[in-house]
Amino acid sequence: MQATEDAVQAIAEVVRSLKNPAIPQDLPIAADTTLAHDLKLDSLAVMDFVMALEQRFDTVISMDDLPDVQTVGDLARLLDAQPQPAASLS
Amino acid sequence: MLKKYASLRDAFHQARGAMGNPFDVTFDAILSPTTARLGDRTVLLLGTNNYLGLTFDSACIADATEALRQEGTGTTGSRIANGTYGVHAALERRVARFLGRRDAMVFTTGYQANLGILSALAGREDTLLLDADSHASIYDGARLAGAQVTRFRHNDPADLDRRLRHLRDRPGEKLIVVEGLYSMLGDTAPLREIAAVKREHGAYLLVDEAHSLGVYGDHGRGLGEVAGVESDIDFVVGTFSKSLGAIGGFCASDLPDFELLRLTARAYMFTASLPPSVAAGVSRAFDRIDQQPELRQRLKLNAERLYHGLRAAGFVLGPVPSPIVSVRLSDPALAMRYWNELLTAGLYVNLALPPATPENQSLLRMSVSAAHEPEQIDRAVEIIAAIGTSLGVRSAMPDVAAAE
Ligand SMILES: Cc1ncc(COP(=O)(O)O)c(C=O)c1O
Repeated sequence: MQATEDAVQAIAEVVRSLKNPAIPQDLPIAADTTLAHDLKLDSLAVMDFVMALEQRFDTVISMDDLPDVQTVGDLARLLDAQPQPAASLS
Repeated sequence: MLKKYASLRDAFHQARGAMGNPFDVTFDAILSPTTARLGDRTVLLLGTNNYLGLTFDSACIADATEALRQEGTGTTGSRIANGTYGVHAALERRVARFLGRRDAMVFTTGYQANLGILSALAGREDTLLLDADSHASIYDGARLAGAQVTRFRHNDPADLDRRLRHLRDRPGEKLIVVEGLYSMLGDTAPLREIAAVKREHGAYLLVDEAHSLGVYGDHGRGLGEVAGVESDIDFVVGTFSKSLGAIGGFCASDLPDFELLRLTARAYMFTASLPPSVAAGVSRAFDRIDQQPELRQRLKLNAERLYHGLRAAGFVLGPVPSPIVSVRLSDPALAMRYWNELLTAGLYVNLALPPATPENQSLLRMSVSAAHEPEQIDRAVEIIAAIGTSLGVRSAMPDVAAAE
């Protein structure tokens, strides 16, 4: 399944809003951006980041799904697959 | 084998650098619940979790010593084999009676209590909802459970409610896990609101009172007692390693068939039980908590003294006093330097660094004891303030506050 551009853009916005000093601010964020290498998020930072996304997308992601998430695209697909579609983004 | 820890090794070597290793302090003698000897110096201990100062209680020591002589140094076996003695059974009854619960199970540590209980309670089809700031033992227990796990925002009943709404149609039970008093920042859970969410969704609630047992409540039963929601709490977990001054963990409950967990909690079954001396000493420590409410009163006064002292010195702290007080620093290197200078000046506090801390903060974590004399607290405040000034930390405080 192709990740929707909407979801990728929303994730990019949430990444910027984190104001995490470890995240390179001028890095373009796309579907193939990796969480660990490009965004420098460790596993704990990923969990916090996902919590912010869950709130933004008004959904719940199970922590067991996270080990499979390597890229922004993986995350976007996971969000798109939730019962509450990204269309409910406010 | 250890290559994967390369970045940890670098950080560690850097931290060790010129100064001592903050994670390898070795006391040469423990002089009292509040003082120790380190080399040729006597240091004031302000980071021990020894909330009631019971480590040197003479009645606890007498009972522990008696059991040591009568029953030996260890049980050399698990609770379900040769490792259950009369003292273990008595301790379980004591915990249950103290908390007003039907049943209690005693584990060898609090860490194992969470590991054993969470993994035994939640099956694959169940869902665990964990407060985001939960202790490592809760995360590890959740992982072992193999259940669906979701974290809700720290101390945010609305986010908990939102998640339970989403999960409404998911089969299986829902178990909410929170702590009473959070160990890093000394903030407490909004238990009344969390209990209301729990009732509304028909979920179960587990409260880890590790830092609040013996500390909060008119009878010392913890934050559940303060909030008046004990009947909503299905499982109380706790430890004997803080206010009770020893080691061990427990889970208490009124749940029918709670006994079955003795045959399913692997962290209970596959490890040796507490030495009889510890079990006997802890049983006595519960008596001390019952008999000496003044210990909690002294602890409260000491907590307020530290809190107001640091506040008056210009530190930005949490909204209310608690036995745990943390000074937040944004930079691990600064925190390390501060911590070292405190120790050189004769004051031991805990250094807590990311990732073990909420929001990746670097913390100087202090905990007070009922055993502290007011003068000791005042001296600690003086030292902390003086070093804070020399490091330019206090003037940097507004930035820290803005990050709250
Ligand atoms: C919330 C919480 N749960 C459990 C534990 C583990 O307790 P113990 O030291 O008995 O293993 C601790 C203490 O480290 C804690 O803070």
